[in-house]
This record gives sequence, structure tokens and C-alpha cells, in this order.
Amino acid sequence: MVANFGYGALVIALLVSLYGIGAAFYGVRKNNQGWVNSARNAMLLTWPLVTLAALSIIYLLVTNHYEVEYVSSVTSNSMPFYLKVTALWGGQAGSLIFWSWLMSGFASAVTLRKWDRDREFLPWVIIVSLVTLAFFLALSIFFENPFESLWQTPTGNITKSMLMPAGAIPFIPADGSGLNPLLRHPGMIIHPPMLYLGFVSFVIPYAFAIAALVTGRTDDRWIRLTRRWTLVAWLFLSLGLLLGGRWAYDVLGWGGYWGWDPVEIAAFMPWLTGTAFLHSVMIQEKRGMLKHWNMILVILTYNLVIFGTFLTRSGVLSSVHAFAQSAIGPAFFAFIGLTFIISLSLLLRRWNELKSETQMTSMISREALFLLNNLLFMGILVVCFWGVIFPLISELFTGQKVTVGPPFYERATAPLFAGLLLLMGIAPLSAWRYTTAKTLGRAMWKPFIASLVIVGVVLLTGVRSLPALLGFWLCGFVVSVTLYEFWRGAMARHHRAGESLPLALWRLAGRNRRRYGGYIIHLGVVLMAIGIIGIEMFQTETQGALQQGERLELAGYSISFDSLANFDTPDGRNVSRAVISVFRDGNYLGELHPRRDYYYESEQNMTIPGVRSTWEDDFYVLLVDWQPISSAGATFKVYHNPLVNWLWLGGLVFILGTLVAAWPDRDPETSRATARGSAYASVKA
Amino acid sequence: MMQPSLPKFKSIGWLVLANLVLAILLFGVAHAQKSEPVGVTDDQINAVAKQLYCPVCENIPLDVCPTQACAQWRSLIGEKLAAGWSEDQIKDYFVAQYGDRVLATPPARGLNWLVYIIPPVAIILGAFILYRAMRGWRQPASASRQVETGSGSSGDEYVTRLEEELRRR
Amino acid sequence: MTDIQTAPPAPETPAPPASRGGRFVIFGLSLSLGALIAWIALIALLAIVALSMFRNAQNPAAEGNVAPDFTLTTFSGEQISLADLQGKVVVVNFWASWCKPCEQEAADLETAWQFYRPRGDVVFLGVDYVDTETEAMAYLEKFDITYPNGADLGTRISQAYRIKGVPETYVIAPDGRLAGARIGPFTSLAQIQAMIDPLLSP
Repeated sequence: MVANFGYGALVIALLVSLYGIGAAFYGVRKNNQGWVNSARNAMLLTWPLVTLAALSIIYLLVTNHYEVEYVSSVTSNSMPFYLKVTALWGGQAGSLIFWSWLMSGFASAVTLRKWDRDREFLPWVIIVSLVTLAFFLALSIFFENPFESLWQTPTGNITKSMLMPAGAIPFIPADGSGLNPLLRHPGMIIHPPMLYLGFVSFVIPYAFAIAALVTGRTDDRWIRLTRRWTLVAWLFLSLGLLLGGRWAYDVLGWGGYWGWDPVEIAAFMPWLTGTAFLHSVMIQEKRGMLKHWNMILVILTYNLVIFGTFLTRSGVLSSVHAFAQSAIGPAFFAFIGLTFIISLSLLLRRWNELKSETQMTSMISREALFLLNNLLFMGILVVCFWGVIFPLISELFTGQKVTVGPPFYERATAPLFAGLLLLMGIAPLSAWRYTTAKTLGRAMWKPFIASLVIVGVVLLTGVRSLPALLGFWLCGFVVSVTLYEFWRGAMARHHRAGESLPLALWRLAGRNRRRYGGYIIHLGVVLMAIGIIGIEMFQTETQGALQQGERLELAGYSISFDSLANFDTPDGRNVSRAVISVFRDGNYLGELHPRRDYYYESEQNMTIPGVRSTWEDDFYVLLVDWQPISSAGATFKVYHNPLVNWLWLGGLVFILGTLVAAWPDRDPETSRATARGSAYASVKA
Repeated sequence: MMQPSLPKFKSIGWLVLANLVLAILLFGVAHAQKSEPVGVTDDQINAVAKQLYCPVCENIPLDVCPTQACAQWRSLIGEKLAAGWSEDQIKDYFVAQYGDRVLATPPARGLNWLVYIIPPVAIILGAFILYRAMRGWRQPASASRQVETGSGSSGDEYVTRLEEELRRR
Repeated sequence: MTDIQTAPPAPETPAPPASRGGRFVIFGLSLSLGALIAWIALIALLAIVALSMFRNAQNPAAEGNVAPDFTLTTFSGEQISLADLQGKVVVVNFWASWCKPCEQEAADLETAWQFYRPRGDVVFLGVDYVDTETEAMAYLEKFDITYPNGADLGTRISQAYRIKGVPETYVIAPDGRLAGARIGPFTSLAQIQAMIDPLLSP
């Protein structure tokens, strides 16, 4: 009953969306604001409808309605309540509803703002949002329907469908299969929603870009309107990627955080273009340049989002992450083809109108360096895209399956990332328009000396690897430059307004949130880079079978296998929990408890490592679950990951910086003054 | 300089040579004995397995893959190592048995050259396009200098203060 | 919707002054070099994805088509080529020692082989998919399999038949065409016979 209600809500939402699209088109055609307003109302109506559908699913999940096929595939009796709720996005069908719910929510939020100055954008924003929403709703209604029930046909087969097949009786399993154990980790609960939030919110800037192209209003307006949306979208996407990495590190048991898996890359690509866009819009705002390029970036970002979603869900890619192959492939493909072609057509149509007064006075001015930054981001994008597409090409043309794995991506992108780090250090010191080597050098020498000091310290710790030293130098350089920028700004306020240093810093960041938020983000990136250099270049591992009392050594640490406990838990798993003592240079450091969880209903294992985390390193011990585990003996895999916790700290700083940059300005007066002040384009701005 | 008599030198020479050969043989044998481990360690197996991918599961390196099939392949690597095979020999064997997909990156032959060539070519092309574009935008520095203070850090403090002041207004 | 021409085509006018390179006219559209490249890249990408999807969906090897030829090197060293077996009914079974469902049908397959063997016009071939020799031999011994088995070197045979997993069995008619496919294990001897009997000449 509830299932039918939810399905009905979906169908009505689709019909309302289609009506909205038609009404908006008609309103534009006839230049009739009434029809456009009607479309706007339709947009607003979709959200409560999809909410009802989502709530229906959640109700069915929570009340164990196993006759609904989706419910029995992602929940079970032994799952705790909160997991049943989050099972909404635990499977393909439910996650598509979640997508639609976010899409309608965000689009409605956008429609609620004041539209007086930008009335001509409204219908097109509505159309783009509703078309995307309608597509995802159609996927749910026709291909991946979470409300389908299980039936037993007269021949004894079990099928699923919305309507009862002739002669069939309802089939109600006593228990569900339960959520994949890997998905029950807290990180895995938040990671998909964050990613979806990021993906979905990138639709809004795209909608505005399309509106700008269609209406011919190709000036800055569409960028200014979506600036905050873009930043927020980027925030969520970054958060989603970081959480995914953290989850992989905590739970997947290969001592790593990023596997260059095609599905990971599919989520990473829009992040790359999004980051490039965030930088290059500053050029358009400050210098009026690059209108073409900004359009291209936004269009690319949206299309990469859809393309990435398609790759993940259609079964084209082979990946551990990918959803099982399903019928939505061709439908998705049609949608992608449509959006790619329409986007490209619109862009080419308005190409000449996007021309701007472009003057480049210096090849090392800030705009030049931003362009270089974009080039590097595009380079990384090309590497990622090609690495994902090539196995498809290879299989098509030679029939041979190949793997494009981490060594390819790491070797290809390392110099590009290093280049980006370098730019992070140089660009803040470079001025808009006029910079000569002399002015740049003068600005740079103090941070440069500081960075050399840092390298000296690193050398003292015994690091001799040249790539690592170069990496650490780059980190030191960027930190020096960024802190120098903060210091200079704060000192200026201090001298002028007599503010104490902490207050000066606070006000400084407060007055120019985007710039100093950006600097904080850069600091976060540097911290992450330090962690990445540590774990990528200096990780060591070992594996060995230990009997009780025996020891294993790695990197100056040693562990001894003390005991093993085996017990069942109320939520349906059998736990083998080992007690390990950790020593370093003979000193006892403490206990670790790696364990192996066996989930009865899905017959799957999960190994949770015992980890000792410090700022210096992670000492990471796993139970190897394909070898026997008993109190007589077990096999352990141990990783030593130097500096890895700087990666997570950097992630936190990164998010903090984004929040600072995105925080709304309290005083509209301030933001206007800021715009005016920067129009003077002084040397340091 | 003394000239030793030839026959004596000859016999000493042969003795030295014989000793040398014997030493090499002994050392070689001893070395060979040392290089034949009693049991192959998990680390040695993992060092090779790390570079290979599970032929059945997708995109999972062979050293962390938990399936029974992967466990069999790892013990196969152990057998080959114990028999004295080198890393490259083992990798070649896996490729012959299971195809190119077990390698972490496509072997550089035939169509696969594209994997390695396209990215650098694309980046260089992009750099070239960017360079041409920037050249086209370039104005002679003297022609369009305006009111902005063009000097570098000499007006440092003043300019920053000026900027802050403007912002406050 | 709207037309996508940049401007109404003016046949008499040469290239517009603004563009640097020459313009191409395709399907009545006037495109610059850059635009042309962009369109070509887009079409190529869509084509690759579409073909990949099509290829993925085409599974298993379509019935009625000529069965892909292959040469199997058995564990005992002999080479058996499918082309040589023309005129006989060939049952090609893909299996692996690590495949639990394969064990369900192993005994039935061997029984079926013994049943059809005296006739001389039915051949059973086992293709070992992505396996290790020691484990494979142990599996064959465990189930007393006597028909020829060999490893699928380089996964060439399984890729030719586009198998999605193991076990899968393909029955090839005497004329070389694929007569039937079984995805998953046989659950009874009768099922195997049901696939073979229609192809036999009395």
C-alpha cells in the first residue's frame, strides 16, 4: 500500500516536471510571465512529492516490508535502526530516489530566491533543472523501481514487478539479505550523500550557464549568481572524496586511501574541472577575460558529473565500486548524448559573443599563473579520462582486456601535482597585470629562504630520496608564502587600526573571505601533501603467520600475538578479535585489536585493522582473513604509514577553509566595497 | 725490477689462477645455496603479487585479494619463487596464462602505446595553445600602463594599507 | 527546438573575417577548425561508449552464429582444434577449480560423456578458466573427469565466447554453429541430454 503510494508520488512528480518544462518553454515563447511562474510552482511542487516517495521507502525499510524487493535486498532483521534508514542509498534503486530528492530540493531552493534582476534566466534554469530531475525520476519509474514487490508465479519462479502477474501470489521473505557489510561503516554512511550533494549542486551553475548562453546574457552575471553555489557544490564533492578515502583506509584493509579505481576517478574528474573553474572565474571577475573558458569548464563539470554517474551505474566499467549491470545503461547513454550535444551546440552558437577585452601584460602575472594552473588541472583531467576510457578502446579494437592501474596515474600526475604545488607558492605573490621577474623575486626571497630551512630540517631526519625532498620543499615553500600573506595583511591592519594580531587576522579573513579562505584551503592541501608524501614514498609492510606469543617486526616496531577471542554479536556477526602488543625499540607501547567480522546472512567477511595513530605515523595491523584465524595461530599483515595523519588533518583544514570562503557576507555594503576595492587592481590584490 | 724466471712464474701463475677459479666456484656455490630459501616468505610473495592484478575480480591487486582463487595464485607465486624464478619470469608466466589484464599497466606494444603517448601529447598541445593565446593577448608593457602603482614591494606597506582603507569604505 | 546554425549560411561569402583558419561547411553548418575538432571528439567518445555497452550486452555468444574457433592445449599436451571437430556435436564447458557451482555439474558432465562416448560423434571439451595447474588437476581427479581438459591460455577462448563467469557451457552443432548455451551449472543429467539429443543424427 505504502509502496503504491510512494510510486504514485514519483509518477506525479514526473508528470509535474514535464508540465513545468512545457510551461517554461511556452512562457518564454509567448513572453508570458504567468506561464513561467506556473513552471516555477511546478518546480516547487516536485520537492514535497519526491520527499513523500523517499519517506515511503524509508518507512518500508524501517518496518521490514520484505515483500518489497528493494527492502529485502538491503535490510535485514538484525540491522540496527539507523542503518535501515541509511539503506535508502544502499542500493541502486534507492540511491536514484535520493539523487532525485536532492535535485528537486536544490532546484526548488534556487527558484525561491529573488529573481527580479534576472528574470530572463529563470525559465531556462527551471528547464535545465527539471529536465535533469525528470530524467532521474524516469530512471526510477521505468528501470530501477524501488517499490516493486516480489511475487511467486505459478511455475514457482520468484519475480519482481509493480503489478501482480497473472496467477501469482505475494512472496514475503522472512528476512532480508542485509546491507553489504562494507557499507555499514559510518564513513560509508556519509560518503555517498556527500558525493551526491556535490554532484547535484553542480547542476545549478550549469543551469545558469545554459541560461546565459541561451539568453545571450554572457556577461559576468551568471557567475556572480552562482559563485556561492559552486563553492558549496565543490565543498560537498571534496568532502565526499575525503570521506571515501578515509573509509577506504579504515575498513578496506589494503593500507591505502585511494586506489585509482575508475569509479573513484569518475567522481574525481568533476572535482578537477570544478577547482579549475573556481580559479579561473577570478580572472573573469578581475580582468574580464576567459569567458569562453569559464563556460567550457562549467559545461564540462556538469557533463562529467552525469558521465561519471553513468559509468558507475551502467556496468560499462569494471570496478569494485560499480553497481551491478542494469538496464539503465542505454537510457543514461541517450541522456548523456543529448546533454553533450546540446551543450556543445549552445556554446558554439554563442562563441563569438563571449569575446572579451583580453590583455596579457606579463607572462608571470597572476592571471598568467592562473591559466597555467588551469592547464595543469586539465592535464590531470586528460590523464584520468584517458586512463578510464582506454580499457574500453582496447577491448573494442583488439579484443584484449587491459588494466590501467595506479602506476600509470601516479607517474603521469605526480609532476602535474608538483607543478600545482609550486604555483600555489608563486601565484599569491604575483600581481594582477604587472609582474616582472624582479618584483616576483623580491616578494619571493623571504619565503624561499624559510622553505630551505624546512628542507634542512627534513634532511636532518635522514630523508635522502630526491623526490621526497623536492616534495617537502614545495610544501615548505607554499606554507611559507601563505603564512607570509597572512602575516603581511595582519601587520598592515595592526599598523593602521592598532588591532592586536589575532584580531587583525580574524578581521582580515572576515573582510576578504574568499581570498583568505582560499589560502587556508591551500594550507590544507599542503598538509595533505605532506601526508601523501609520507605514506606513498615511505610506506613499508610485512606479513607473517604468528602463533601465540610469537613476534613480527617492522620499521623498528614489533608486535606479539597475545590472544584471540571469538564471539557472536547481536547484530548478526561472528567476531574474531585478536589482542596484539606493540613494542618499539623494546618499549611496550600498548595493545591493538584487529578483528575479523563475519556476517552470517551475507556470508561476507570484513577485516577491521588495529591502528596506533600518532602525528609521526600510523602503525596498522590487520588480520589476514584468507588464512586460518584461531587462538593457535593467525596471519597478520602490518603496515607502517609515516605521516599519514597529516592527510586527514589537511582534509579538515581544507574543509574549514572552504567554509570560510563560502560563508555569506553579513554586510552587503562590505561585499560591494570589496568589489570596488578590487577593481582598483592594485599591485597586491 | 726483477724479472722472475718464466717457468716459476708460470707455475705460480697457474696456482693463483686455480685458486681464483676455485674461490669463485665455491663462492658461487655458496651463494647459490644461500639464494635457495628454505621457505618463501609472505613478503617475498607479496612483493611480486603487488605488481599483479587479480584476473577475475576487477581492479584488485593480487596481494590483498581475499578470494580463494587469489590465494591459489599467491601460492603459485610462492612455488615459482621457491623454484628460483625471477620476478619478471613470474610476471611473464601470468601474462601468458591469464592475459595482459593481470599487469598493472598495459604492456607497451601495439595499440597500447597510445596510453602512454596521448597524455603528454595532449598536455604539450594544451601548453602550445595556451602560449599562442597568451602571445596574442600580449600588449607591450609601456603602452597600457595606467594609474596603478607599478612598483613591486617598495610601496608594500603603503599599498596594503591603502587597499584595506578602500575596502573599509 | 531552435536551430543550431551560428549564422544563416551565405554561400557567396568566403570565410568570415574574424576566424583565423578556414571554415568547414558540413551539413550546411559553417564550423571553425576548433569546432570541428570538438564535434569529432564528442562523436568519437559517444561511439566508443555506445559500442562498449553494446558489446557488454551481447552475452553470451549469440546462438545461431558460427561458433568461434579455438585451439585447446590439454593438460596432457595434445592440441585439439574446434575446426577439426566439424561434423560432431561439441560440448564446450568453461569451469575453474575455485568455482563452487562448477562442482555441482562435474559428475553429471562426466556421466554424460560416458553415455555419448560410444557413439563417436559427440565430443566434450573442458576449458579451465583462469586457474592454476595443480588445483585444476586436483579438481579433475576429484571428479574422475576423463574427457579432454585444458587451460584457457591468455583467456583467449573465454573472451572469444564472451563468458561472464563460470560455469558456462556451449553446445556446438555438427555444422559448426552454436546450438545452445547454458549459463550456470546443469542441475541434472537430463538437462545435458536435452541440449545434445536434438542435434544428433539417428
